[in-house]
Amino acid sequence: MDKNMKILIVDDFSTMRRIIKNLLRDLGFTNTQEADDGQTALPMLKNGDFDFLVTDWNMPGMTGIELLRQVRADERLGSLPVLMVTAEAKREQIVEAAQNGVNGYVVKPFTAQALKEKIEKIFERVG
Amino acid sequence: MDSNHFVKDPNVAVDDLRAAAETLIEKLQNDDYYEANEVINNINKQRDSLIFNNVGKLTRALHNAIVNFNVDAGEAEEGSDLSDKSQISDASDRLNYVLELTQGAADKTMDRVEACAPIAADISSESSQLREEWKRLKRREMKPEEFRQLYYRMDEFFARIGSGADQLGTNLQEIILEQGYQDLTGQVLKKVIRLISDVESELVQLVRIAGQVEDVAGFKSKADHEAAAEQNASGEGPQIKAKQRSDVMASQDEVDDLLSSLGF
Repeated sequence: MDKNMKILIVDDFSTMRRIIKNLLRDLGFTNTQEADDGQTALPMLKNGDFDFLVTDWNMPGMTGIELLRQVRADERLGSLPVLMVTAEAKREQIVEAAQNGVNGYVVKPFTAQALKEKIEKIFERVG
Repeated sequence: MDSNHFVKDPNVAVDDLRAAAETLIEKLQNDDYYEANEVINNINKQRDSLIFNNVGKLTRALHNAIVNFNVDAGEAEEGSDLSDKSQISDASDRLNYVLELTQGAADKTMDRVEACAPIAADISSESSQLREEWKRLKRREMKPEEFRQLYYRMDEFFARIGSGADQLGTNLQEIILEQGYQDLTGQVLKKVIRLISDVESELVQLVRIAGQVEDVAGFKSKADHEAAAEQNASGEGPQIKAKQRSDVMASQDEVDDLLSSLGF
């Protein structure tokens, strides 16, 4: 796994972005950027050669699930690995995220271990 | 028909309607069209009156509810200048305050933790290096010049441990103090919860009255499943009773099981 890969963290709460950023740093990933909702994230993704997207679901403006749909619909971003880190835990929602092509799903509150495992698993598959 | 008919409750109104229907059939069977028309007119009048009457009640109840909120607000906020504000906008201000306070506390706590991390890392790496040197000394593998260096290095390290431990202590104390937000936000949240349950009980009254109007007027409210679909898309937030709900995953393990059943 390339520790230098460029990661975008999308969450409307700066605290949660900071927690995720810190955990990623502990895992050796230091090349991170942040956005506070899908609307801000999408243009960043389109212009910014990101290797990995970590997004919340419930955000004002554009939700994470909508961002996922837009990413999958985009020709260039289509195969970008996406990890959802969210408090949304309903069966239908997880199924919906899976159907829309999410690569991993972590429910909040989460542990550093859970985040690490999911990221490793995603890059095992993606190669 | 006297005016007392207009303030009947819906059940009585339905009985009246049945009676009127029977009369109507009777009149029609007797070819008494003029009287039959009268009966139909009376039914219409009664229905309209019931709606107007209930809309009136609804309006009055709504007005009372709003007045009561303002009275409650006046009592709860004695001496404050919130009189020109509704309880609800006051509640949003309070919740925004909770948001600010929790965010501030989280930021400060993380600042302090981030300040602690390099101190702990430095103590850890320096102590393990010194331990190696110390072992060499115990094995008598150290030259006098090296020992002199170790001697000064130890001296410096003891000083660093001292000031580092002081900084760690201060930071930990600050982190404890930052947890004071729990008390402050707790008080605010309790107030807002009380307001919400007051609003709810007033609303239950309104819904009851509005339901009577709907029954008579034949209005239909939005289908439940449409509302549920909208809710899913915009997100519901943290599940606080996940273990009691069968449609909600209670842990990361359950989420993983669900995903693997979907071929993940």
